[in-house]
Amino acid sequence: MSKPIVATTSLAGCFGCHMSLLDIDDRILQLIDLVDFNKSPVDDIKEFTEMCDIGLIEGGCCNSENVHVLKDFRKNCKVLVSVGECAIMGGLPALRNNIPIKECLEEAYLNGPSTKNANPERIMPNNEELPIILDKVYPCHEIVKIDYYLPGCPPRADLIWNALIALVTGDELKLPYEVVKFD
Amino acid sequence: MSEQVKFTIDGKACKTQKGTNLVEAAKENGIYIPVLCHLEGIKPAGSCRICNVKVNGRFMTACTTEVSDGMVIENITPEIQELRKIIVETLFVSGNHFCPACEKSGNCELQALGYRYQMMVPRFPYEFEEKEVDATSQKFYIDRNRCVLCKRCVRSVKTKDGKSIFAILGRGHQAVINIDHELANQLSDEEAQEVMNTCPVGSILKKERGYVDPIGSRKYDNKPIGSEIEQITNL
Amino acid sequence: MNSQVQIAVEKYGKDASRLMDMFHHLMHEKGFVDDEDLNQMAEALDISKVDAEQTLSYYHFFNKKSRGKFSIYLNNSLVSQMMGRAEIAEAFEKATATEFGKVSADGMFGLFNTSCIGMNDQEPAAIINGVVFPKITTYRVRELIREFRAGKTAPEMINSYGGGQNQSSLVQAMVTNNLNRRGSVIFADYTPGEALKKLPNMKSRDIIEEVKNSNLRGRGGAGFPVGLKWDFCTKSPSEDRYLLCNADEGEPGTFKDRVILTETPHLLFEGMIIAGYAIGAKEGILYLRLEYEYLEKLLESVLDNFRKKGLLGKNVLGIEGFNFDIRIQFGAGAYVCGEESALIESCEGKRGEPRNRPPFPVQVGYLNKPTVVNNVETLCSVVKIILNGAEWYKSMGTKESSGTKLLSISGDVKYPGVFEIEWGMTIHEMLEMSGAMHPKAVQVGGPSGRLIAENEFERTICYEDLPTGGAMIVLGQNRNILEVALNFTEFFIEESCGSCAPCRYLTVILRNKLKKIMDGKGVAKDIDDLVHWGQQMKKANRCGLGQTAANPILTSIENFKQDYMTKIEKGKEFDTKFNLEAAIQESSRAVGRFPQTY
Repeated sequence: MSKPIVATTSLAGCFGCHMSLLDIDDRILQLIDLVDFNKSPVDDIKEFTEMCDIGLIEGGCCNSENVHVLKDFRKNCKVLVSVGECAIMGGLPALRNNIPIKECLEEAYLNGPSTKNANPERIMPNNEELPIILDKVYPCHEIVKIDYYLPGCPPRADLIWNALIALVTGDELKLPYEVVKFD
Repeated sequence: MSEQVKFTIDGKACKTQKGTNLVEAAKENGIYIPVLCHLEGIKPAGSCRICNVKVNGRFMTACTTEVSDGMVIENITPEIQELRKIIVETLFVSGNHFCPACEKSGNCELQALGYRYQMMVPRFPYEFEEKEVDATSQKFYIDRNRCVLCKRCVRSVKTKDGKSIFAILGRGHQAVINIDHELANQLSDEEAQEVMNTCPVGSILKKERGYVDPIGSRKYDNKPIGSEIEQITNL
Repeated sequence: MNSQVQIAVEKYGKDASRLMDMFHHLMHEKGFVDDEDLNQMAEALDISKVDAEQTLSYYHFFNKKSRGKFSIYLNNSLVSQMMGRAEIAEAFEKATATEFGKVSADGMFGLFNTSCIGMNDQEPAAIINGVVFPKITTYRVRELIREFRAGKTAPEMINSYGGGQNQSSLVQAMVTNNLNRRGSVIFADYTPGEALKKLPNMKSRDIIEEVKNSNLRGRGGAGFPVGLKWDFCTKSPSEDRYLLCNADEGEPGTFKDRVILTETPHLLFEGMIIAGYAIGAKEGILYLRLEYEYLEKLLESVLDNFRKKGLLGKNVLGIEGFNFDIRIQFGAGAYVCGEESALIESCEGKRGEPRNRPPFPVQVGYLNKPTVVNNVETLCSVVKIILNGAEWYKSMGTKESSGTKLLSISGDVKYPGVFEIEWGMTIHEMLEMSGAMHPKAVQVGGPSGRLIAENEFERTICYEDLPTGGAMIVLGQNRNILEVALNFTEFFIEESCGSCAPCRYLTVILRNKLKKIMDGKGVAKDIDDLVHWGQQMKKANRCGLGQTAANPILTSIENFKQDYMTKIEKGKEFDTKFNLEAAIQESSRAVGRFPQTY
C-alpha cells in the first residue's frame, strides 16, 4: 500500500513552523515510515509531481507569488492545513496591514536606517521577475479553502505531530491544553 | 448571618449568600462562568457578554445578575458555548491581536478564552482596521489594537478625589479608550502597575517593562482560565 | 475662562448632570466645543476632561471642530434613499464642492449624513442649521447654496409653511403634518384642560387604577402595561420621583410624535401632569430629539401658558402639595437614547448607554430615583382615558390591544403620513388605506421590527398578532430587498452605543458578509452564516436595540430568501472575494510598475 504524500511550503513566514516540524525529534523516523514527501523544502522538490494527500502551509500571502503557490497547493493537495499564526491570521508580516504600501516600501528601500545612505539612486525593486506585493498580508483561508488550522508561533511540535498522525490514521485529533497556543 | 439561597447550575445543587452575583456564586460552588469585562470589586458592566447564562430559560449576563432562591441556571450547553465562542472570535477580529508579539501573551484573558474555547481560527474575516497607539502618557501606553472595550480601566481607575483617568471616546465600533494624560501622569509607579493589571489584554502596558515571565511559566501556559475555580470542591 | 463656557456652566448651576444643556449652549454660540472648552468645563465642574469628552463624543450633533457656517445634515435612511437621496447628495456635493463627511475649504458648508430625522413622509429631507428642509429637489439644492453664498441665512430660505401649527409664528416650518386620519383618541376633538378638571377629585390611586383598567400599553414599541409601570414606581420607596417623556422617536420610519408635538402639545403636557400626579413626581422632563428643535418655541410657549394658568408649578390645579413642572431636555442625535434607561443616562448628562437591569427605572431611574418613562403617544392616550373612562377606551381595538394606534406610513404609498387606527386592522387594509402601490413587502416597526412579505398581509396590527411601535415602510415590487437590509444594518452600526461586544462589531461582520453577497461573491454558506451569526444578537445583547440589530438581515432572509439566492454564485462552494488584480494595484502604483496578473 502506498504511503500518504505530504507537501509543505513557507509563504510569508520565517520557516519557524518548519523548524517546529523538525522539533518532533526522533519521531521524524516514524514519520518517514508513515508518509512520503513531495514538493517541500524538506526534500527540495520544487514542483508537484503527483497529487498529494496533505499540504502544510506556513505563512500568509504577502505577494503575488505566495498567492500562486497557495493556489497550486490547493490544486495539488486533498487536504490543506494552515500551520502557524502567519498562515492563520497574517502574523507578524501583517503588522504592516494598516500602513500604506508606499510608506512601507519607502521605509524598506529608501528611508530605513539600513538603506538611507546605501541607495543613492533611490531605486525601488521593480523588475518584472519579482513578485509584486499585495495591498495587505492575507491569511491563507481568505484566498483558498483551508481544511484545518494549527495555531502557534510556531505551533508546538506535538501539535503538528498529533495533527499529522490524526490525518494519516484517521483517528481523532488530540488537543491537550498545552499544545494549542497562539504564540 | 445573611440569608442563604439555593439554586442550580446545570443541574448541580448550589448555595450561597443572598445578594451574590452569579459569577461569584458559581465560583463559590466550584463552577466557572467565563468573564472578560468583569473584575471582582468593581461594579459589573455586563458589556463583553461572555458571561451570558440562561436564568430560568432567559439569557442574562451572570456578572450583573444577583442570584435568587430557586434559580435554575444553565451555564454549559451547546447553545451558550457557541455564543461565547462567537463573542471571543468577534473580539479577535475586531482588533488587531498579534499574540506572538504581545507583551501580555500568556497572561492575556482574551487569549486564554480563545484557548478555553479551542479557537483554532476565528470564523470571521480579519478586517485589520487601523487603530492608534497612544504613548504620550509618562507611565504607560495604550495600544488600541488590542483593546476589547471592557471598560475595566474606565470603571476602576480613579484619582483620589474620584475623577476618571480613562473614559470612552466616540461610539459604536469606532469607540476607543481615551486617557486624561494630566491625571495619569500623577499616578505613582505602583498605581501605574495596578492600572496595567486591570487590563485583561495587552492594551494598557506599563512603560519600560515587558516580557517579564518566560514562556512556560505564564499564567495561562499550562492551565486553562477558570481551572483554578473548577478545582475548588463543593463547600 | 472663556466667557461662553462660564455662561453655560453657570446657567445650569455648575451641575454636571446638565452637561448636555451646556454643550447645546456652546454649540449654539460657537458651533463646536473644543479641547480648550472641555478643559475649562471640566475644571469648573470638577470632573476630568475625558469624562466631559466622553459625553460630547457620543452624540452625532456635537462636534469639536466647526462643521461649517452651514451644517447640512441630509437624511440617509431607507425612505430618503427610495425618494432619490443619491441625486440630492450629488447635487449638494457639486454645489458646495465638498464631500459628505467634510467641511468645504472656505468653511462655508459642512455635508453630513444623518439617521432618520422623522420626515419619512416628505423625503428627501435635510436639516440645515436647525431648519428642516423637506422634499428637496436638485433645483432647490442649487438655489439654497447659491443664496447661502449670497448671504442668506437658513431661516430666510423658508419658502412655504406646512399646514396647521407649522404656520404659527412660533414654528414657521416647511414641514407638513400629513395627518391623514384622525381617530377617536389622540386626534379627536378636545377642549384643552378638560381632563385636568377631573384631577382634583381623583386620588393618584384612582388614576393608576383607571389606567390599569384601560389595558393601555406603552406605545413606543415594547408594549409594557402602563398602569403596572406606574404602580411599580409608586411602590418604590422614595421622597422624589420623576416622570420622563420619551420624544426621541428615532426608529427610522417613525414620525407620529412629530405631529402630536406640532398639533396637540397641550394634550401631551396634560398627560404628563396626570402621570406626574399619579406617581407623585416632582418634575417632568420631555426628552426631545434635536431633530425637532424647530418646535422648541411652540412647546416652551405652551408650557409658559400652563404655568400662567396654574397647571404647572406649585400646588398644580389647586391640589395642595402637588408641585410639578416640566422641562425640555434636548438629545443630540443618538438612536439608542430612545431606550428608556439610555434616555435617563442622557438626561443625566452622560453617554446614552442602556443600563443593566435590574434595577429597573421604576426602582432606580433618573438621578437614582424611581422614574417612569413613557412615550408621547402613551401619555396623550392617558388624557382621554381619564376624560372618558377605561370602559370607553376598551371599547376600541381588540381584546388585548385596547384603544387606537398611530401609524407612521411611508415608502411606496400614495398618501404617506400619520394615520390613527383602531388596533386590529390588517396589513392588507392598512396598505389599501394609505394607497400602497404594488407592495412587495412591509417593514413593520422600523428596522428593529420585521420585514414581511405578502403571505403575512392578512395579519392584524395588535399585540396578539403583529405588535408595532407604528413605523410602516411600504416597499414596492421593484425595490431591492438586500439594499433594504444593508441600509438598516448600516443604521445599526452607526447607532450602536458600542457597549456590548456583539452589537459593536458583529453588526459590522454581518454588514460585510451581506455586501459580499450583494457584490456577487456570495456562496450558499454565506446565507447560513448570516442567519446563524444574526441569531446570536438576540441572545447576546443587553438592550432591545442590540437584540434586534440583526432583524433586517434575519427577517429579509426568512421572507425573501429567493432575493438572496439569485445573488449567490452557482455551483461554487467557496469564494472569499479575494481579487489578485485589485490587491496589487496599490503597490504597482507605488513602484511605478504596470499592473500585471499572475
